[in-house]
Amino acid sequence: MKFLALTDFLRGDKQTDRVVPPSGHTAWLTTFTAATMTFLAVFALALSLASGRLAERWGDALARSATIRISAPAGQMDAQTRAVLDVLATTPGVASARAMEDDEQRALLEPWFGPNLPLDALPIPRLVEVIEDDDGYDAEGLRQRLAAEAPGAVLDDHTRWRRPLAVAAGRLRLLGMTSMLLIGATVAAMITLAANVALAANAQVIRVLRLVGARDAYIARAFVRRFTLRALTGSALGTVLGMAGVAMLPSADLAGGFLTGLGFQGAGWLLPFLIPPAVAVVAFVATRFAAFRKLKELT
Amino acid sequence: MIAFDNVAYSYGGGELLSEVSLRLAPGSFHFLTGPSGAGKSTLLKLCYAELLPTAGRVTLFDREVRSLDRDEVARTRRRMGVVHQDCQFLDHLPLATNVTLPALVSGREAATDDLKDLLSWVGLAQLADALPPQLSGGERQRAALARAIIMSPDVVLADEPTGNLDWEMSLRLLTLLVELNKMGKTILIATHDLNLIRTAKQQVPARVLRIAKRRVQLAGADL
Repeated sequence: MKFLALTDFLRGDKQTDRVVPPSGHTAWLTTFTAATMTFLAVFALALSLASGRLAERWGDALARSATIRISAPAGQMDAQTRAVLDVLATTPGVASARAMEDDEQRALLEPWFGPNLPLDALPIPRLVEVIEDDDGYDAEGLRQRLAAEAPGAVLDDHTRWRRPLAVAAGRLRLLGMTSMLLIGATVAAMITLAANVALAANAQVIRVLRLVGARDAYIARAFVRRFTLRALTGSALGTVLGMAGVAMLPSADLAGGFLTGLGFQGAGWLLPFLIPPAVAVVAFVATRFAAFRKLKELT
Repeated sequence: MIAFDNVAYSYGGGELLSEVSLRLAPGSFHFLTGPSGAGKSTLLKLCYAELLPTAGRVTLFDREVRSLDRDEVARTRRRMGVVHQDCQFLDHLPLATNVTLPALVSGREAATDDLKDLLSWVGLAQLADALPPQLSGGERQRAALARAIIMSPDVVLADEPTGNLDWEMSLRLLTLLVELNKMGKTILIATHDLNLIRTAKQQVPARVLRIAKRRVQLAGADL
């Protein structure tokens, strides 16, 4: 029944729609506002989703890995590396460990020092990648064993730099969601204002309708339907433009760095399509509230 | 149907109507006369609840008007056809749609044939598609009367409905109202036109109410 009522509302009644005259600038203002706000909402949603992915990646993937940095004279480097790998092989909670190849280390340093870095000529520490198993290892115990077996080895379990990054990503996600809520509130406020202007401008029409026996619900419906459809149309337009904008952002492979992957991924591309119905609901509620309040004032 | 009990109405510190008591019985025909500014339009507005009395009781269809919420006022007005002195229309809609407005807002449809007949009767068949601002004063009055009676209301209230009409058209509209009255409708017409009142009294047992010194009296031989 509710679905039928919704379809009736969307289909409307041509005669009822006509009783309220076209409301000039409030018409395109509502559509424009809905389109602009939705455009911004699409970006806020993209930011929120990307931040979520980032937080998840930093929170989960990096939590399972650690790095051991070995700084030793060239003559002792191989021996200390072997010692470290031996210690790790007998450490409970370590699933695997391997010394990084020169090419891998060169790739890691390339963004800062450029290609063709002569690793042999530089006192670059050797890196050992450690992957934990589900139970994890005792970091403090491992540090003590490393200090005894390989004095040049330092365990970095990523906690020190991973935590603030994960917090930052979480905050970014929260910021994106807050932005969407604020955008929704702004849409409601703008549509309320536009509806109030339209109702005030049509005070005489409302008076005539009342004199011939129109109920408030009938009068309100004419305004509510009009503003809801305008908001829905504007929002649909804003969604298409916003998604086009997001699609045009540089891809992760090309740009690299922190902001990679800001676009939607997989089923995430469907999420922006929820914005127009949400904006229509906001417009419906805002206009209905404004209409009944104004009609009460005009009594 | 419509009853006033000791009704007063004040506006801007002055009392326009005072101690008004009257009954409009079902099927009755009343004229309301009095000098300009005496309060005829105010009394009509009290009859269709556009104004509320500042004292006393107005009862519409057995309901005290102050007890009606906005929806009930709307439902009450659907049982009334009102011809306003300033002929309120929706200027962006054609005449035919304006005339059918009472049907539209109550979710019913006026029969197309009825609309055509009614517009023909009031001499506006050729102007069905015209917008209200394109109509003369007399045409607007006729359109307002057509709108007032299209739903065959229980009560017709008319404020100077023939003020801008020639005698021939006035008689035509009067005939329409008389016929409605013979069908059992209650009619109240505010007018200055004594000829119209005399003509009506030859056809129906119309009674004349006169507003004088803020009070309503039964006028003429009926007293």
